[in-house]
Amino acid sequence: MKPIKINEVQEKLDRFVNKKVYVHVETTNGAYASHFNDKAYNVGAYVRNANVTFSQAKIVGDGKVFRAGLKMEMGWIYAEGLTDWIIEDEAKLLLAGHDREGRLMVALQISETPFHY
Amino acid sequence: MEKHVVVIYPHPDDESFGAAGTISKFREEGVPVTYLCGTLGEMGRNMGSPTFANRETLPEIRKKELIKACEVLDIDLQMLGYRDKTVEYEDRNEVAKHLKGLLEKLDPSLVITHYPEHAVHPDHNALGAAAIEAVRLMDEGQRPVVWAQAISRDYPEVLGTPDIINDVRKYFDKKMEAILCHDSQAGGILGQIKNYQQMNSEDRDAVVEQFGTERFYTWKY
Repeated sequence: MKPIKINEVQEKLDRFVNKKVYVHVETTNGAYASHFNDKAYNVGAYVRNANVTFSQAKIVGDGKVFRAGLKMEMGWIYAEGLTDWIIEDEAKLLLAGHDREGRLMVALQISETPFHY
Repeated sequence: MEKHVVVIYPHPDDESFGAAGTISKFREEGVPVTYLCGTLGEMGRNMGSPTFANRETLPEIRKKELIKACEVLDIDLQMLGYRDKTVEYEDRNEVAKHLKGLLEKLDPSLVITHYPEHAVHPDHNALGAAAIEAVRLMDEGQRPVVWAQAISRDYPEVLGTPDIINDVRKYFDKKMEAILCHDSQAGGILGQIKNYQQMNSEDRDAVVEQFGTERFYTWKY
């Protein structure tokens, strides 16, 4: 993946507006967080292949870390801490946030075809 | 001597970290070993160091790493097709029946798996429980012995001293070779040991201490 540049990613996001798309959204700090540090908490959530349509999509950030929000008819999809992006399989937009060791902490991915499950 | 050993863990790399030394010992004796790997570790957060994988490419990368590690260990591999982080939400009895069918075909004398409730990762606990249930469902005369591996920090206090303590220092290099096949996971635990051959003797001793013994509890039915 490569570091996010707002203009590039915004242009990719706009291509999905008002289309039926599949979304993968995820956050994790790993299954071993409280094993390695008993003061830490294991937290995480993921949704894979939510089939949605959004009318607006925007990426915002300070040049290093970004947030993205998708406005749907009856709600929102949001991710914070995004740092990197890539187009995978020619048409799937992957956004992810990595920690300084390169571990994935958050992901927001959009595709017109389902993600492999 | 064992007739056939079947290892049942959920993730590519569990076999290398958890049992590569024990596996190598069995292979040296000529005992066939089969790894039933539950998932492809699809939801792992380590993406290589520096990062070279992403959420969508990780499964295929980890599959290749798994195949390579099994070649290094000279063992058969079957991938069970469950999804990382979801094993505990599957129907336990269905998973147990699936495993029982495979075990009846392979007819092992020994099964190695995780110790339910003491193996930290929910997939470890769930697949370990299903494997133990699978063996319980077998005819008593056909049942293999089960070795269960605990990982939790407090397991010796809770469960007592494991009855199987394998000194695998003799197979240390082989174990490291297998672990290092799982290159995408190098950002985590592996990062510290990736260059173990260049470590000073004190650090190297610590790594040998950490990975040189593999402990199991014989399951009592």
